[in-house]
Order: sequence, then C-alpha cells, then structure tokens
Amino acid sequence: MATEPYFVIPAKPGSSTVTITFEGRKIVVPAGISVAAALLAGGVGVFRTSIVSAAPRAPFCMMGVCFECLVEIDGISGRQSCMVPVTDGMAIRRQEGSSALDVSEGAKDDV
Amino acid sequence: MTSETADLVVIGAGPAGLAAACEARELGMSVVVLDEQTAPGGQIYRNIESVTDDRQDVLGPDYVAGQELAAAFRRSGAEHCGGATVWNLTTDGVVDYIADGPKTVSGKYVLLASGAMERPFPIKGWTLPGVMGAGAAQVLLKGAGAVPAGPVTMVGSGPLLYLLAWQYMRAGVRIAVVVDTTPMTNYLRAVPKLPGALAGWPDLSKGLKLLGALRKGGVKVYRDAREVAIEGRDAAQAVTFRHRGGRIELPARLVLLHQGVVPNVQLSMSTGLDHSWDAAQHCWTPVTDEWGRMATSSLYVAGDSRGISGALASAVQGRLAALSIGQQLEKLSDLQTRAAPLRRQLKRYMAIRPFLDTLYCPREIHRVPTDDDVMVCRCEEVTAGQIRGYVKLGCLGPNQTKAFGRCGMGPCQGRFCGVTVTELIAKERKVDCAEVGHYRIRPPIKPILLRDLSAPKDEEP
Amino acid sequence: MQRTDMYTHREKRLTIVGGGLLGAAIGYGAAKAGAEVTILDQGDNALRASRGNFGLVWVHGKGTTMPPYVDWTLQGLRLWPEFQEELLNRTGVDSGLENPGGFWLGFSEAEVEKRATALEGINKNGTKVPFEILDRSDLRNYLPGIGDAVVGGSFCPLDGHANPLMLLRALHMGLNQLGARVVNGVTVTDIQHDAPDGRFVAVADDGTRWSGDRIVLAAGLGNASLASHLDIHAPVLPTRGQVLITERLQPFLHYPTNKCRQTKEGSVQLGSTAEDTGVDDGTTSDKIEWLVRRGVETFPALADAKLVRAWGALRPLTPDGYPIYQESERFPGGYVVSSHSGVTLAASHAELLGPWVSGLTQTPPEFTSFRGERFLDTDSSFSNGY
Ligand SMILES: Cc1cc2nc3c(=O)[nH]c(=O)nc-3n(C[C@H](O)[C@H](O)[C@H](O)COP(=O)(O)OP(=O)(O)OC[C@H]3O[C@@H](n4cnc5c(N)ncnc54)[C@H](O)[C@@H]3O)c2cc1C
Ligand code: FES
Repeated sequence: MATEPYFVIPAKPGSSTVTITFEGRKIVVPAGISVAAALLAGGVGVFRTSIVSAAPRAPFCMMGVCFECLVEIDGISGRQSCMVPVTDGMAIRRQEGSSALDVSEGAKDDV
Repeated sequence: MTSETADLVVIGAGPAGLAAACEARELGMSVVVLDEQTAPGGQIYRNIESVTDDRQDVLGPDYVAGQELAAAFRRSGAEHCGGATVWNLTTDGVVDYIADGPKTVSGKYVLLASGAMERPFPIKGWTLPGVMGAGAAQVLLKGAGAVPAGPVTMVGSGPLLYLLAWQYMRAGVRIAVVVDTTPMTNYLRAVPKLPGALAGWPDLSKGLKLLGALRKGGVKVYRDAREVAIEGRDAAQAVTFRHRGGRIELPARLVLLHQGVVPNVQLSMSTGLDHSWDAAQHCWTPVTDEWGRMATSSLYVAGDSRGISGALASAVQGRLAALSIGQQLEKLSDLQTRAAPLRRQLKRYMAIRPFLDTLYCPREIHRVPTDDDVMVCRCEEVTAGQIRGYVKLGCLGPNQTKAFGRCGMGPCQGRFCGVTVTELIAKERKVDCAEVGHYRIRPPIKPILLRDLSAPKDEEP
Repeated sequence: MQRTDMYTHREKRLTIVGGGLLGAAIGYGAAKAGAEVTILDQGDNALRASRGNFGLVWVHGKGTTMPPYVDWTLQGLRLWPEFQEELLNRTGVDSGLENPGGFWLGFSEAEVEKRATALEGINKNGTKVPFEILDRSDLRNYLPGIGDAVVGGSFCPLDGHANPLMLLRALHMGLNQLGARVVNGVTVTDIQHDAPDGRFVAVADDGTRWSGDRIVLAAGLGNASLASHLDIHAPVLPTRGQVLITERLQPFLHYPTNKCRQTKEGSVQLGSTAEDTGVDDGTTSDKIEWLVRRGVETFPALADAKLVRAWGALRPLTPDGYPIYQESERFPGGYVVSSHSGVTLAASHAELLGPWVSGLTQTPPEFTSFRGERFLDTDSSFSNGY
C-alpha cells in the first residue's frame, strides 16, 4: 500500500531512471540512488516489522548503522536498503520480522 | 587467499582517511584505502565526485571544498577499495574485509578513520516511521537529492540540524517548525569558552549566519524545548514537548531528530585497546598518543572516530597520523618541522570545540530517558525500565545487562544503544560512566552474510 | 577441624565464590534449603563461561571413560523440566529448555563409525543412553536442508538445549527473591580459616572480607588458584571455544545438533572450536571462517544468513573433562565445584549440590570419582576430549 511519500526527488530532465517494484508495485526512480531513498520517495512508509513486537519500522540513519531499513531484495531478506544502490528490475518486499531461510530440497545446491 | 600488504591501510575514506592517504603517498608509502561506500568522501563529502551543480548550490561551499580533497586523493596513487566491509581487525595491522568475497590486507600500520554516527535520541516514539535522524535526511539530500515532500519538523540541537535547515530553505522545502532543545543554561555555561572559540572565528560566524538565515526565512523556532516525545500509533503524527512551563503538541508527519554526533568507535573497541569516557561529549573515545596511535599497537585513529572534531580538523589529524607513521617507517627525519604548521592549523580548528561542546551538550533527559517505556535498544526492543531492572538485579555494566536482556545483541551490534546504556547504568548506580564501562565489541564489526565468508578465498597469483 | 560452638548458631551462613551458572545454581538450591547465601562475583568483564557457552543440555556421547558421570548427567536431565517450571513460576523468566532429542553430525564415514563404537561402549552393561545411528537421508527427515557434506550422525532422544543467558538471569532473580545476597565486582584472592570474624573468610583484592560458616568455590577458572586454600587439588585449565551467532531467523531447525542449533529467539549458534590459548578469550578470523564454512556445509541455506557476532569463551576444564565436587577434609564446610556442563547439570547443581553444600545431605558415594586428587595419580594420563 502506497502512502504519501515522505520525500521527493525533484525530476531532472535527461537524467536516467530505473524501474523497481515494491510488493509488486512499480516505482520509477533516478538511477544510482539507494534503495531506501527510492522507497522513501516512492511512497513506502513501512519498510519492515520489528522482530519482537512486529511494530512498523522505517530507515533511521541512512548510513548503515541502525538496521531499521531492512527489506527483502530479489529474494534475499534482511538487506540494508540504505546501503544498496537500485538496479533496474529490482524486486523489493517488506521484511516481516526475522529473515527466513529456504531449506527446501534443491535450494541447497546453489551454493 | 587474497592477501595484500601495504605500508598503510586506511579504513574510512572521509576527510581524515583521504588526507592521511595523500600525505602518506607523498612520503612514498604504499597505501590502501577501504570504505564501505563505493566512492570516496565519507559522510560529510558523500557523493562528492558526482554531485550535480544545482545540488552543490543547495549544499553550500563547505561541501564543495571536499572536491579538492577527493581529487587530490585520486591523483595520489593510493589504492582505493570501495564497497569494502571491514569485519575484523588485529592490533598488529591485519584487516579482514569483504569485497566480492573475503579478503585480507596487512598494513604495517592501519589508520582507523571511520568517522562518527548520530547520537541516539532515545525518546518516546523515536522508533516510529516518519522519524529519522537529521543526518539521515542529509544523506538523502547528498546521495539522492531527496527533500521532504511536505512540511518537516526539525527537533534537537547542534550545527548539523541548523545546517540542514538552511540547506532545506535554499532548496525551497517548507520547515514547519524547529524545536530547539538546546538548554538555555548552556548559553551561560558556554560564554566563558567564547574567547577561545574566537580563534575559530570563521566557524563561529558561519554558525551565526545559519541561525540568522533561519530567522529571516520566517521559520518558527521554539527554544529551550525539553521532554520531547513523538506521538503516533503506526507512524509519527505529532511531536510534543515542554516549552516555558507548558506542554505543546504540534502535528508532525516527518520529524528529523538530531542532538550531535558521537565517534563511531566500533573498530577501535573491537581491538580491546583502551577507551575512555569523554565527560564533555558524553561518549567513548579511544585512548591515543598525540599522533593518534593506540598504545604501542600498529593502529592509529584520526578524525571523528577519535573524538568529534569536524571535517577540517579531521583532515589535519589524518595528515599528522600519516607523518608519525612515516617516521616509524623511516620515510622522513624531520617530523617535528613538518608537523608544526599542521599542529597550528589543528589548534585553530579545534579552538571552537569546547564552546560547541558546552553549548550543544544535549539535555540529560534526552540522553538518559527517565520514562521506563522508552525503547533503548531498537533492534531487540529493550526499554529503559528493563535496563534499570537488570541493574537492580546486580548488573554492574552493559555486558551483563546484555546477557540478561539481549540489549545490544541485534544487528546494529550495540551501536545505537551503547552510550545510552552506559549512561543509564551509571545514573542508576550513581557512579561514573568510566566505571560502568562499554560493550565488549566482537567481530564481525558489521554483520556479514555467511555466504561472503564461506566463499573460498582466491589463490595468490 | 574442631567446630567451635561459637559458630553453631550461625551455621547457615554460606559464602559462594563465583556467580556463574554453577555458583548461581548451587546458591539457589542452598537458599531454597534454608541457607543464608552470599554470592561473590566479579564485574562486568569477567571471564565467564556461563555467558559464552553453547547451551546444550546433553548426555549422548558423554562419560565414555567414566560411567558414574553418565548416571550423574542422566539424573541432571531428569530434574531439568521440573526445575525449568519452578524457575519460570518463581521468576517469570523462561530458561528456554526444549528437549526434542539431539543430533550429533559426522562429516566422514570413519567419524560416524567411531562415534557408533563409543556410544555402544557407554551402553555395554545395559542401555543407559538410547541412541540411533542415521545416514544422511534419515537425517533429512528430521533436519531438512542438511548439506551433502554431512554423511551421517547419531540421535539421542534425551538431549535438548536451553538458553544459558536466560537461565543465568532466572537463577539470579530467584536468588534475589529467596533473599540471597549477590555482590558483584568482588575478586576473591584468599580464603582464611577460623579468623576472628568467621570460620571461612573470603578476602577480596580490595581488602574486603566476607565471612561465613561454609564456603563453596565455584569460581570457574578462578578455582585453579583458590582451591589450594581448602587443600583441594583443582587443576582447571582454560580451553577456548569460539562460537558464532547469526541474526534471528524464522524457525527452520527443530533439533539441536552438536555443531549448530537454533535458539528460541531464532538466531543460529555455530560452534565451537577447542583451542589451547591460555587466558585469551579473543577471536581469530581463521577460526571464524572455519566455523562459517562448516556451518554452511552443514546447512547450505545458512549462506544467506548474517553473522552478527563471534566470541571466544574459556571452558573451565579439568584434565579429564569431568567435574570436581569435593568437600575439604582438612576444612569441613569448604567445597570445591568445577564442571564443564553448567547448563546440562543446572538442575542437579541446584537441587542436589545446594543442600549438600549447606550440610544437609551426605556426600553421595559416587562423588569419590569426582575428587580432584585423581589428577595427582602419576600413572594416569588424561584427555578431556577437546
Ligand atoms: C564454548 C563453550 C561451549 C559450552 N557449551 C556447553 C553446553 O552446550 N552445555 C553445557 O552444559 N555447558 C557448556 N559449556 C560449559 C558451561 O558454560 C560451564 O560449565 C559453566 O558456565 C561453568 O560455570 P561456572 O560458574 O563454573 O564458570 P563461569 O561461568 O566462568 O563463572 C565463574 C564466575 O566466577 C567469577 N570468579 C572467578 N574468579 C573469581 C574470584 N577470584 N573472585 C570472585 N569471583 C570470581 C567469575 O567472574 C565468573 O562470574 C560450554 C562452555 C564453553 C566455553
Ligand atoms: S537506515 Fe540505518 S542502516 Fe539503513
């Protein structure tokens, strides 16, 4: 669900953009920025729910210190969105509580 | 195993690290600079090499000054390794890091220049979406050109808060209100420090200009605010605070908090070498000699990770550390002569610190929450009341409260609760912070994927 | 030693040196039995195995060279569930005991065979410790996601795990509620006897004196130097164990294994090394990497988990790895206790040793096996299995 964005990134004519998705919703953002910046400007209010009380959380420090900005990126949960640059086609999901590992048959062979 | 060696390994590519690298290269040392960010600049000069002209205008001349340093660094011939997460460090200079797999570099000397982080602002509601650090908002501005979409509420104290407000004004952002928590009494206490600060006149006048500009811009400022809290269930909705004896509540959707920065000492603490409690800045700092060397180890510290000093002083500290290392490595014989002008510079840059430290010393109630329900450990959701309970049970320090209540065990590894917990315990026990001590920091210095550590290390060519 | 009447009216005052899992459990049991307990413990940064251990509540594979220890451990396991209930009811703190059975995992056929032989040896005079040897595909039924590097393992239905930190906190809360006194920040350096202020006086490095009628040395590694004051031989030496812990993860590992377990909170513990590095509880990157590789080989999905912390802790180990439980003959009322299974044996330490050190029960006959003097036998050689 999109909320009113907390931040905006004023458009610059001619600058390149990439398209990412959050929970399946498409967001077009400038290339080169962090995933967290992209989501904050893309109307994402809640990035994750906390591990103990499932409270909503969003980025606090934007410099890799607080771990409030964790999301699932391309299937890998628990990624620090403030430290990861956006790439075209990136699929992002909210992180619900702690990360989940895939221990199903077959998943194990790709290491 | 990818194992490199260098005369000097620098961790952190901010002003201190970049300046040290330049100086060391001039002395003929081999230098490797590691940083988690991909491009050099650190926090203050973040994105310095690629920032657009219009954004430069918003960010102001101090920021642009970093471009010169970054360019000099690029020319210096130091090896820059961006995207490198340092996870382990030994006192004799071995640095383990992840950059496309596990790597190790051994420095004859290592300079820790990992800078500062925003001081935690543990108040009711500070974990709600819609609340973030002013420093974080500035990162958004520098890194992405992002500015608040609606009116923004700025709460706290200290130069960074005012600078950001000024930058926002220039960017046309609507500042709903500035809730200044600087205690009035701090002004009185800071006055005696003023003569010393005058030596740092340019800094001081800059600060005054920022405040003046805010006032002229018609920004509503509440001064001497205290007992700030943020209200809201699932997101920030209002900010409340005491002002002149009454309680004020203002609607607020985006709240930026700031009450100064503290050294990021995770790296230096992980070595087990001594740190002392800085009672003026209310934070831990590594114990070093005048050049920044920690005991007799191969480790030096410079810049804000040695004690908050600002960008210009940090750079000079970096140079001084490089000179001292150069002398150890017999790259120069006239250390004192070369150091003298730098020392004079440093003295000038540092002249304003006692004044700033006194003026912007955050209120105790905003550092050491008295409200039992305030979340101290954001990761594991441990409250001030719980910590006090463990102290009553006999815990003398943060390592015991951590064992009893998981405070500091989450992914931020105690960065965001460390100083708060020490101060809370000290107050509850009625002893000094130094006696309470700090978390024992263990590797990895940042959480790392097991995948990255288990990857086979490349063979040496 | 003659007991003078002067002390009899205060016979109940029990001093315990060491507030780790051993001291706290024994103190808790003693306080329940009516003793006036004072626990002396060091500060925030003490060498404290209780804060760094792996949390297994475990019997299978233990006691291969000392049958009485198998029985002692089995008894400990039997007492645990009720003990956990009691602590929970008293303090509201959950020590996290779960005993679904536990797995030992082997990385080579030879290793698994050796294991099977050792386990059979324990049961040679009748089954004491039930176990099963499993191959990889059997294992996968219980431990989905196990890697191909694991060739087989053993399972014992009695085993389990607990949260050692919550256990320690529960014990301390329990002590508090029972009126016991826990004094932190005290380093005991000397024990005096029949001083004017008490039959046993523990003297701290800052000169403070703590007197009592009975004394228990449960000072972990500190016992090595303190025990001689009670004329007991306690050669406890540090063996360093490095342990790793991940971020919290959704539950996926429903049984503890000897190399890896998922805590109730969700984090996965990977351990541990055994190193002879003296009194150094640091960590090293080569061992951390080794533990990570072994963890990822055991459960390949762990590659996507984040390592949050590594630590080193010193196991207070005797030369044969078995405990010392001994009352001093020269100074009755003075006891030395050292055990490397503070979690596994927590319930016994509280329920059985607590009353014993309070002078309320006789020394169990099997404790002759646990005397420190066994290490003085120059004809024996010892191996503690690490
Ligand atoms: C890596 C590792 C893994 C382990 N895994 C398990 C497991 O899975 N299951 C299990 O059951 N056990 C395990 N253990 C063992 C378990 O941790 C110990 O048996 C238990 O902690 C011992 O408790 P203790 O109280 O004797 O020692 P400690 O916990 O070391 O406590 C000793 C206390 O005495 C204090 N002290 C020392 N000297 C003095 C002095 N002079 N004056 C005052 N105080 C003093 C210290 O400060 C400390 O608090 C493991 C241990 C390690 C290191
Ligand atoms: S916002 Fe703090 S780590 Fe990303």
